[in-house]
Amino acid sequence: MDFSLDGYRVFAATGGVPFDSAKPSLILLHGAGMNHTVWALQARYLAHHGQNVLAVDLPGHGKSEGAAFSCVEEYAGWLLRFLDAANLKQAALAGHSLGALIALETAGKAPERILRLILLGVAARMAVHPDMLASAREGTNEVIRCMTSWCHARKHHFGGNRLPGMWMLGLAHHLIARSKPGVIFAGLSACNDYKGALDAAGRITCPTLLVLGDSDLMTPAKGGRELAGLIKNARAETIPGSGHMMMSEAPDATLDLMRGAF
Amino acid sequence: MADPKHIRFDTLALHAGQQPDSEHGSLAVPIYQTTSYVFKSTDHAASLFNLERAGHIYSRISNPTVSVLEERLSALEGGVGAVATASGQAALHLAIVTLMGSGGHIVASRALYGGSYNLLALTLPRFGITASFVDPRDANAFKSAIRPETRLIFAETVGNPNLEVLDIPQIAQVAHEAGLPLMIDATFTTPYLGQPIALGADIVMHSATKYLGGHGVAIGGILIDGGSFDWEAQAAKFPTLTEPYAGYHGLDFAEEFGPAAFIMRARAEGLRDFGASMSPTTAFHLLQGIETLPLRMARHIHNARQVVRFLETAPGVAWVNSPDLPEHPDHDRAQELYPKGSTAIVTFGIKGGRKAAATFIEKLKVFSHLANIGDAKSLAIHPASTTHQQMNAQALAAAGIGEDLIRLSVGLEDERDLVEDLAQALHAAAKGG
Ligand SMILES: Cc1ncc(COP(=O)(O)O)c(C=O)c1O
Repeated sequence: MDFSLDGYRVFAATGGVPFDSAKPSLILLHGAGMNHTVWALQARYLAHHGQNVLAVDLPGHGKSEGAAFSCVEEYAGWLLRFLDAANLKQAALAGHSLGALIALETAGKAPERILRLILLGVAARMAVHPDMLASAREGTNEVIRCMTSWCHARKHHFGGNRLPGMWMLGLAHHLIARSKPGVIFAGLSACNDYKGALDAAGRITCPTLLVLGDSDLMTPAKGGRELAGLIKNARAETIPGSGHMMMSEAPDATLDLMRGAF
Repeated sequence: MADPKHIRFDTLALHAGQQPDSEHGSLAVPIYQTTSYVFKSTDHAASLFNLERAGHIYSRISNPTVSVLEERLSALEGGVGAVATASGQAALHLAIVTLMGSGGHIVASRALYGGSYNLLALTLPRFGITASFVDPRDANAFKSAIRPETRLIFAETVGNPNLEVLDIPQIAQVAHEAGLPLMIDATFTTPYLGQPIALGADIVMHSATKYLGGHGVAIGGILIDGGSFDWEAQAAKFPTLTEPYAGYHGLDFAEEFGPAAFIMRARAEGLRDFGASMSPTTAFHLLQGIETLPLRMARHIHNARQVVRFLETAPGVAWVNSPDLPEHPDHDRAQELYPKGSTAIVTFGIKGGRKAAATFIEKLKVFSHLANIGDAKSLAIHPASTTHQQMNAQALAAAGIGEDLIRLSVGLEDERDLVEDLAQALHAAAKGG
């Protein structure tokens, strides 16, 4: 469904169930260069099991208009305005990678509005490989090849998708390749430059679940567990064999952990 | 630049789609000879049926052995996902019925496999889907044949039997300028020789019966989604992908699955309702073939080159057609698009017309006379009297299929035995049998 915010269209998928603010709301936030479809194997289930799901396309991504932001704080301000636009006083947030940093920063900024946090593929610092940043800045394909490779556990470079017949690396590649010019660079810069995790973590009061992949090269699980240690009410769960893209690499384990957070 | 270390083609041909069997450690892909799969709970069952979770329900829709094949070919073609089908014909049909209904129109190359031509020209019109056929070498002809109701552009990498090499980048541009997807039948080339998606195609299909299987033991097809076509940008043309579908509680495939919309719909609706699925045993046979695809294709190409070299100067041969030859009209394009070689199919004209052709075919001992290509064994056929006999004289002439045309599918035998076999059969044909 479409919302209007700051004069731009914002698209959010509802997991196949009409928006209903009477139900508990869960906002899903994708990572850099991606869009709401990364939640395909979680959003539908959660929406059909009691959650009012809004899997948003961040500004400039997917079907949302406007320019992508290049800083996490800006996204957090946007997300709070989005909650207003959707008439949601409070909501739970689940974010992956850049989306996890946005969720973290938002919950630190307005703890009273965030009921629950689920942070997937996350660490307090997300330094981005300089070659990747350079390729993203120049708009070459190398950044997509690197993201596709490093986002997946080595064993998933051979496939073995739970979704029959789908090739995980190809799907990630073609999803990222759809990004408008500048969007990948903005997203990676936002991750690379964000230094607010420690502050935000200290202010968070809601129950928080971190979902980590033990083979994650982008945000190694160790970093995620350290972040969990800084949040009062947090629990970290590690999925064996998963890389950074746990929603597609381990869809059932990821969904089951997310369900368990409610 | 950092090396992202993607697994390379020959390794993918052996491994892609397969995780070692965690139960018994089977290294070969196990054949899951089962129709159905036990649900973990009623909630698990309901969520699988509503595409809320990933998994197998019933082997008409998906099967673990077949899925390995689907993933492997997606990986080799650089796509996002695939659906394996009962035959190449079923793959073509599945693609068309996933994209359009009655009233839809296809612009197709006129140099198609005879079965594809029959489906498009003779059968689908009964269901309200029509096609226009154009010269595959003429990009403008594709362009001018596009109508408001056109939904697909379709052609083969290398035409059958005249071996026209399609300019995929150019035809992709024509298609995309008109807001249409380009589907390529890459049966003749296989992903080893060239990958149409990287060249601009949106959907790839194969008769896996041919080189992919490679040993002539199983009929099968595969449909691969390139993941690059933006269906939502052409939403009015493709309601099956961009509008809520009552068959899955109002599921909107493009919204839910993004780059995988087409292939998800092809499986969820097309396999479910039309049911032309592949059996797990067939998938196993095809996987066995694909393991050696790179080795076999290199040898097919090598042997075909030796055969062409022989035919060029052989008595009784009127002409030889191969994109390998400098005089072939698409020679430069073939070298550019298919640097490893463009095809192991060779056609030639036999002096003495239909009668000489018949004698030649009957005298062959190493080459087998049958209606197939892409077997490990060498094959020969006379298209005018077999594969393309449904076409009338006019259509045959338009497709450039003369009565003297012999098609060879060069196999993996010792090249000397192939050349000697051709020589003796040509000699017999020249003598009049
Ligand atoms: C180029 C091409 N496409 C499609 C097909 C149809 O495939 P199948 O026989 O597997 O149905 C064939 C079969 O000869 C073919 O050669």
